[in-house]
Amino acid sequence: MPEHIPEESVGLVTPQTIHFSQPLKLTSGHTLPSYDLVFETYGTLNADKSNAILICHALSGSHHAAGYHSMDDRKPGWWDVAIGPGKPIDTNRFFVICPNNLGGCDGSTGPTTTNPETGLPYGPDFPIITVEDWVHSQARLADELEIHRWAAVIGASLGGMQVLQWSITFPDRIQHAVVIAASSKLTAQNIAFNEVARQAIRTDPDFHGGRYLEHETIPERGLRLARMLGHITYLSDESMGAKFGRELREGQLNYDYGIEFQVESYLRYQADSFVGKFDANTYLLMTKALDYFDPAHTHGNDLPEALNKVTAKFCVISFTSDWRFSPKRSQELVRALLDNDLDVSYAEITAHQGHDAFLMPISHYLDIFHAYMKRIEIGDLP
Amino acid sequence: MTMLRPDQEMICKWIQPKSRILDLGCGDGLLLRHLIDDLGVEGYGMELDDSRVLNSLENGINVIQSDLDHGLSDYFNDDSFDYVIMSLTLQAMNFPDQLLDEMLRVGKQGIITFPNFGHWKNRLQLLFHGKMPVTKALPNRWYNTPNIHLCTVADFEKLCEKKGIRILQRSVIDNRHREQALSRLSPNLLGETAIYRFERLPYHS
Repeated sequence: MPEHIPEESVGLVTPQTIHFSQPLKLTSGHTLPSYDLVFETYGTLNADKSNAILICHALSGSHHAAGYHSMDDRKPGWWDVAIGPGKPIDTNRFFVICPNNLGGCDGSTGPTTTNPETGLPYGPDFPIITVEDWVHSQARLADELEIHRWAAVIGASLGGMQVLQWSITFPDRIQHAVVIAASSKLTAQNIAFNEVARQAIRTDPDFHGGRYLEHETIPERGLRLARMLGHITYLSDESMGAKFGRELREGQLNYDYGIEFQVESYLRYQADSFVGKFDANTYLLMTKALDYFDPAHTHGNDLPEALNKVTAKFCVISFTSDWRFSPKRSQELVRALLDNDLDVSYAEITAHQGHDAFLMPISHYLDIFHAYMKRIEIGDLP
Repeated sequence: MTMLRPDQEMICKWIQPKSRILDLGCGDGLLLRHLIDDLGVEGYGMELDDSRVLNSLENGINVIQSDLDHGLSDYFNDDSFDYVIMSLTLQAMNFPDQLLDEMLRVGKQGIITFPNFGHWKNRLQLLFHGKMPVTKALPNRWYNTPNIHLCTVADFEKLCEKKGIRILQRSVIDNRHREQALSRLSPNLLGETAIYRFERLPYHS
């Protein structure tokens, strides 16, 4: 709990919800007849609406990117290191919007929402949502808020994929694209990790074909395993070694199957805290969205060709120890952007924290991020 | 705005307005900044050092963080630029000869500046003291210098000849930034910094 709100925080924030009654046609061929999007905003929209920034969240993120919901909150929003007064995404200059993605489990319509046709939770009947679908739903949110053009769309990991898709789908609606620790497509190894996570969930006896809520249970074991696996891949060998090494929990070996090493205890803790707040069907859906994303696929696997209508200026950032979305993937994207003669800057941050580095207060990373954000021109401030 | 180095000022005089430029080892990005503001060029800087990448971003240029030994082949197609510039960087490269080839693969012309090891001060120090020269232009000791491939004006021109590279323009400046009279006399003896503009001879391509 914050005893007082830190000066560089956006402070106490309240989520808002907008209902969309116009059906949304999805990539899968399904149609979502209507839906809600929950979102938070920070800062103030200026008169000519030229200072709006869209934040796209990653797999387990939410609309709560910065600030606190109440004085009882233990932690601020997930990207509080980057969003706030004087921070890279400076809320003294920018009006920031972060929605919870469709299919999520934090308030936007998703698998835990009641299906109006059955009166039961959607569960496995909730259609698979792709990155393109998210971008279309976010564009409708922008329409609703009368924001025609984003000063920047920003995201990391799966969020970075949405940024890239924005630049492809709506070239005239995005001025700057900031793509962090992302990729233009997952590698086979990455899809493989996702499949193991999905199998862990789907083979849990409590999964009930995805209708676990109707059975008043959750596939806790599967979701825990999925999260533990994911968490290992978000860290690096180096950062786990530095954090835990071979440290023992009880200072001595017990020669049984209980928790011997601190790292085991940590993983179980991560799993415990995840199970209570994240929906298993949403986890499945998000990993599928990751797997399917590949804008070059419909252009003969030619990424530069897929980007040929893009006009946005790009800032691409990667982290040296990130092996889930390695610098190599960012370099491929940079090359494709350069092939299109686009304005692009690329920084490779030396960091030992692995994929999770994008969430961390790494000073050089935040300096680079901030330096780029300062060059974004906006109209008069309110 | 901060002043450019004398060799960079010379480069600005050699560049055609509105051209496309790649600056290898762009440092704080000021050369490119000047070229954008004064000549309306467009282009990119490439830089490996973290703090210089940050400076380049602060100076508002497009900067790609990469080492130069791999950066050109990783990122750029043939004939992508009118000029590929490398100022006071060649002598610190692992494979300067290969980098020259890469410069003329991705650019129509190359512009290079380097500290001339044939300068009389260097020659005197080596002749009378028998030690590796330490001067204003080459301030490091032999064991901690980044300059692992120093060369003279004569060496560079010999390499260009061997590689089928045509020198289009040459200038040398001394530590007072005097240019004209010197280059007519003995550039290899009197030039502290050498500046070259060059292209590939057609039959070698």
